[in-house]
Amino acid sequence: MAQAKTQFGYRRHPDQDRPGADPAQHAVVVVGAGPVGLSLAIDLAQRGQRVVLLDDADRIGEGSRAICFSKRSLEYWDRLGVGDRMVEKGVVWSVGRIFHGESQLYQFNLLPEDGHKRPAFINLQQYYAEAYLVDRIDELPAIDLRWRNKVSALEQRNDSVVLTIDTPEGAYRVSAQYVIACDGAKSSLRQMVGAEFAGQVFEDQFLIADVKMTAEFPTERWFWFDPPFHAGRSALLHKQPDNVWRIDLQLNRYADPAVEKQPENVRPRIARMLGHDKFEFEWISLYKFQCRRMDRFIHGRVVFAGDSAHQVSPFGARGANSGLEDAENLSWKLDRVLRGASPASLLESYHIERSAAADENIRESTRSTDFMAPNSHQEARLRKAVLSLAKETEFGKRMVNGGRLSVPCSYDTPLSSSDADAWNGGPRPGCSMLDAPVATRAGEAAYLTDTFRKGGTDFTLLGFGNGVAIDVPKGVREIRIGGADGLGDTAGLIAKRYDAAPGSAYLLRPDGYVAARFRHPTREAIAAALSRAQGLN
Amino acid sequence: MALSTSSNFARPDDAFRAVVEAHRGLTDEQSADLDAALVLILANHIGDIDVLNEAIVLAKRRVVDGQQQQQQQQQQ
Repeated sequence: MAQAKTQFGYRRHPDQDRPGADPAQHAVVVVGAGPVGLSLAIDLAQRGQRVVLLDDADRIGEGSRAICFSKRSLEYWDRLGVGDRMVEKGVVWSVGRIFHGESQLYQFNLLPEDGHKRPAFINLQQYYAEAYLVDRIDELPAIDLRWRNKVSALEQRNDSVVLTIDTPEGAYRVSAQYVIACDGAKSSLRQMVGAEFAGQVFEDQFLIADVKMTAEFPTERWFWFDPPFHAGRSALLHKQPDNVWRIDLQLNRYADPAVEKQPENVRPRIARMLGHDKFEFEWISLYKFQCRRMDRFIHGRVVFAGDSAHQVSPFGARGANSGLEDAENLSWKLDRVLRGASPASLLESYHIERSAAADENIRESTRSTDFMAPNSHQEARLRKAVLSLAKETEFGKRMVNGGRLSVPCSYDTPLSSSDADAWNGGPRPGCSMLDAPVATRAGEAAYLTDTFRKGGTDFTLLGFGNGVAIDVPKGVREIRIGGADGLGDTAGLIAKRYDAAPGSAYLLRPDGYVAARFRHPTREAIAAALSRAQGLN
Repeated sequence: MALSTSSNFARPDDAFRAVVEAHRGLTDEQSADLDAALVLILANHIGDIDVLNEAIVLAKRRVVDGQQQQQQQQQQ
């Protein structure tokens, strides 16, 4: 399988020698070393926190599972120091095609413009992503990653959480100010806090197979409605590294999973699709889509992130990517709270922002799933009309829903200061920053996301020079574009993407979201917006 | 913009007739397919989600009110 390291040893920790009544005290314990828990731990460590990271297994999960990682996720991983490795190994793509029967209905390009450091998406097996994140953790002594440490009990106290942890050498306890549960859709911590995971299970079943073969298909996302090789249902083909191809086939709701998962039954289906049987199976899985979320992402001092908090069906790459957005949203807030720089109530904005994002992701993926598997004759009839109209009309094409792919959510949040000036574009408060090319003062080509990352990803004022220095409040870093000493906007794309005139400024949060923007920034206005974004008033 | 329920056709009979004739000779199944396509085409032409939602409410009242009336009659 992967050439990367995937097997890890259990190691005894001195915490295990302490008496149960006097457990070791930690600031933050992250439970679950999947993409979300690993990324969150790195982010917190880079911000100066010591992190204990627990995982009940001793190896990286098998099977490709998540494969599509979004531009937003890559920009986040750049900040965590792993972006280059992911992109070097990953298959870069931005084009998708939708077919109906034997003919193409349309194609789309998810990043039709230049001037971005990262592509719309890469495809990369989840085990590679996890392996690269673990390698990065090896470079960070502030992270204490403990394999085969399974949380078996959780006790909330006023000022801490006490976890009981089972290991091959017996149980021990630790105390933490905060516990972050990144332990997946079947989260045991969610059960321990007694929270519901309400939502919808879709009846149709989907067969997911990763096959290894040499093929000439382009690196595009191909999606079929009612293809000749799989009549009446949908299919998806997508390339991963190492000549591995992801194939999704919709099956009916009565298919027997035990039978359908047998390689000898899967093989003829795939052979019909590919027109040959020169392939090997890497992974086969059969499942029903589920869309669920917790009512609250925060339970006392336990915070849920990723699949433990919300689960979506996979057409849209909204699972792992939204979990990574959870991590980047939570880490700077938790860091500030642990340092005493912001009140604990700042964490509530994590719940507000990310539960709204979960609702959006669930809405989008539910719509896609309903389009692929209509619930009634009339829904099937409307879909038939859309697919048929799509052959002749632009509006029909745009109604065809073969998965709406993940884009960063925009937050309607108490941390934002609403616009006081007139803007005709650019990311409004609550939206993610946009990338664009910049030229360093030495004249080297770079990207705005790089400049933001190198500034340390704290609160940042992105100012557009007009010769007047902005009086920036203490603790806010500055990126200046243009003017005598600023970075070059060589392609003019920064000003364009931010609808900026000389003198304009954007206040960016540590996660790269816009907190406020100003045509004529004053120290008072910036300080007020900063204070609001830090949860101080 | 609000849903217009005033009479917009100079010759409303022509409009009604056009829809009726479109369905002539079709099976119920074909008629339902025709309606589905027609609804989507017209909805896109209107291009206003608020107007569409208002139209859905107005149309759905026929179905839901009819259902309630039927239930009341059955109870009597």
